[in-house]
Amino acid sequence: MQTTFTDAQLLDPDTRRSNEILRSCVHCGFCTATCPTYQILGDELDSPRGRIYLIKDMLENNKVPDKATVKHIDRCLSCLSCMTTCPSGVHYMHLIDHARQYIEQNYKRRWDERALRWLLSRILPYPGRFRLALKGAALARPFRKLIPDARLRAMLEMAPRKIPDISKNDLPQSFAAEGPRAKRVALLTGCAQRTLNTDINDATIRLLKRHGCEVVIPQGIGCCGALTHHMGKSRESHSAAAANIRALVAELDGRGLDAIVINTSGCGTTVKDYGHMFRNDPLASDAARVASLAKDISEVMEEIGLKDASHADPLRVAYHAACSLQHGQQIRSAPKELLKAAGFQVLEPRDSHICCGSAGTYNLMQPEISSQLKEHKVSKLEAVQPHIISAGNIGCMMQIGSGTDIPVVHTVELLDWATGGPKPPALAATL
Amino acid sequence: MSTIAMPKPDARILAEAPQIIAALRDALPAGTVISDPEETRAYECDALTAYRCPPIAVVLPRTTEEVATAMRICQRFSVPVVPRGAGTSLAGGALPTADSVVIATIRLREILEIDTTNRFIRVQTGVTNLSVSAELEAEGFFYAPDPSSQLACTIAGNIAMNSGGAHCLKYGVTTNNLMGVRCVLTDGEIVEVGGPFMDSGGLDILGLLCGSEGQLAIVTEATLRIVPKPEDARPMLIGFDSAETAGECVARIIRSGLIPVAIEYMDDVCLRAIEAFAKTDYPKCAAVLIVEVEGSQGEIAHQIERIREIADELSPVEFRSSRNKDESLAIWKGRKSAFGAMGRLGDYLCLDGTVPVSKLPYTLKRIGELSKHYGLEVANVFHAGDGNMHPLILFNANAPGELERAEAYGADILRLCVDVGGCLTGEHGVGIEKRDLMSKQYSAEDMAIQMDIKDVFDPDWLLNPAKVFPLDVSQPYRDRASRS
Repeated sequence: MQTTFTDAQLLDPDTRRSNEILRSCVHCGFCTATCPTYQILGDELDSPRGRIYLIKDMLENNKVPDKATVKHIDRCLSCLSCMTTCPSGVHYMHLIDHARQYIEQNYKRRWDERALRWLLSRILPYPGRFRLALKGAALARPFRKLIPDARLRAMLEMAPRKIPDISKNDLPQSFAAEGPRAKRVALLTGCAQRTLNTDINDATIRLLKRHGCEVVIPQGIGCCGALTHHMGKSRESHSAAAANIRALVAELDGRGLDAIVINTSGCGTTVKDYGHMFRNDPLASDAARVASLAKDISEVMEEIGLKDASHADPLRVAYHAACSLQHGQQIRSAPKELLKAAGFQVLEPRDSHICCGSAGTYNLMQPEISSQLKEHKVSKLEAVQPHIISAGNIGCMMQIGSGTDIPVVHTVELLDWATGGPKPPALAATL
Repeated sequence: MSTIAMPKPDARILAEAPQIIAALRDALPAGTVISDPEETRAYECDALTAYRCPPIAVVLPRTTEEVATAMRICQRFSVPVVPRGAGTSLAGGALPTADSVVIATIRLREILEIDTTNRFIRVQTGVTNLSVSAELEAEGFFYAPDPSSQLACTIAGNIAMNSGGAHCLKYGVTTNNLMGVRCVLTDGEIVEVGGPFMDSGGLDILGLLCGSEGQLAIVTEATLRIVPKPEDARPMLIGFDSAETAGECVARIIRSGLIPVAIEYMDDVCLRAIEAFAKTDYPKCAAVLIVEVEGSQGEIAHQIERIREIADELSPVEFRSSRNKDESLAIWKGRKSAFGAMGRLGDYLCLDGTVPVSKLPYTLKRIGELSKHYGLEVANVFHAGDGNMHPLILFNANAPGELERAEAYGADILRLCVDVGGCLTGEHGVGIEKRDLMSKQYSAEDMAIQMDIKDVFDPDWLLNPAKVFPLDVSQPYRDRASRS
């Protein structure tokens, strides 16, 4: 598309990048077809093409964002389905990230929304605070019907009834490989994930050790910055990311790393983009090094190959493709192939390219659209009549789990089980 | 910004805009009418972005009755109505005018009936082309017309533009696969034409509606013919060292009486773009044909053999026929990513002229010569079997004057198509893009007959204004309509 940025505007690196992206868009409209919000709302403004148009207008004219633009940008899940569909390679992710940051800096939200966003950005990325908040939520849950704000109600609904104890495995340390060491890898233990579910990291560590990996939990590792990044809070997200980059580079320059393993694909998409986030920063080269070593657990396991899968019972596993894996990182076959190699019968639901509505904090900020997507996703998953639903992202697991009685586990828990680990605790009651 | 003129907006309508919007809002459910200027902007164009103009309002109805309500209100205020499907038109078919209301069909998404015994599907027209075939997949059927934008384009738009696609060489275009419609006339009357049967008595009104580019009515439901999926299909890849020889090969295949499902043509400019983007193993040569045949295994083997004989007479650089699914995917991969790959080279205008297959070699040669004359690169990637050409003219939209040069070049190519006995459009429609070239193809009398027909359906000339007919040609009709 034609753009009308001035030379002065193009001096700003973010604007320059957005101009490149807008110039590559031919406005063909293919992206509308696979956009979840467009499917639900049937309005071009809630499609990638419409949002690209709104962003273009806002950035070209240095506008103070108007309410309508903010509404439609906020409704974007950042599921990146459009990037898989786009024939012209439009990098929608960098464009929408820029727009969110621009809105955060130039638009004053209503007080309650500001407070909510501030609260989320101060709680979710910090496991200690998040634990405390979840305990508070448990106390408040019986009174949730009295709360007028749908978003706050959604938060209470989403808060799990039981919070696991803190796992010692998530503390900085190193786990020796079983047998001869093939790789030395760092594990990102996450922030919200390890508060909500400690089984995933435990299973990941066992699985990697069993496959000849020394697993390091680096000193100083924390939230990857994705949660605040998607709220446009670039100061917070950059400072979280910078801390991670420093922690990981210390390991890299110390005893070395073959890979940085991530088992929450939402985080993986962001860590793999560190190079772009820090491209104009003194940390640029370190960020690029970290990004190039970042791998989803399924990529690492695909490379190593699954050993001695002894699982006898070919349970029916519905594989839920997390958007951050299938669209953000373009990883589609690895998790399914691994599950098959482990002896499971892998089932694929219809419309697997459509988001479940979790999308980071989306289910908390946009509960109406999110719950429609959840309903849609759960019905497609249940239609294949699985024993288990498997996913590679904690957000999706919580979202889907809140809508079905079928147990939802992380793919690594099944791989760990099949190669000699314990049965995933989530399955204990039902299978 | 560009060379095609639009009429001056009607000041009376602009002044009445608040009342028009209020009337629409009053009569339709909440969330149906968009009128905030920040929001209508996203509807200011379709996939032809050179022409842009936000409308007064956009209406997104969910039922045929809501479409009728909106139409009635627009007629009451004498406001032009621009029908819109998914907005994927490359001809500007859904371009609004400043004094118009857009009525889009994208929320009409229900599959109403599937009948495989009588071979039809009935749908609301906001469903996408591909989702119709997806609905039928489990039953072993599909809907044949498959425009390249089939993932996103709607059946409403397909009917308006009489869309084609790769499969149309064998199965025909939309009009050959459309059995009936339910549509809304400008006075809000809902009428049904045709139905789930082969042909109805009387004049072929359905034939008139299909391809009428939103000039006559808004189609909200359609009954479509469906076909069983063939047992198998297999592509061949044939490379040639000259564009003319490739064109000759297409002509000879068609002359032989064989009916492949698709014959797709890609020239060297396109091949280079694909190579850089999709990492295919296409041969490096002047032109590549992909020919796909289908049927039982025996039929497929026979057709491949015949096509090999025809190609061999022309000494191809390479002849490759697929032996399995992976090889088929590898052959199609580059073609499917062609438009995306071209997009990475820069901006492009995608044309849509059709020529007799026998004239392909000459036309390709002339397009090449014109490319030098205008100093703009052109890539040819198109459905060659039915002579439907899609030259892509590459230009830089941000460089002043280049769009105008590209448009002039495009107009010359389309005139060339008409001169060799072809026509202006194969499947994209006339829209705004080719409006002023209509006089090249049709005499004043020809166009008068077409406009007389529009007069019957749309006596006030409210539907899809300023499209299809050159403004000077339609002026007397529009003047008469506005006086009455």
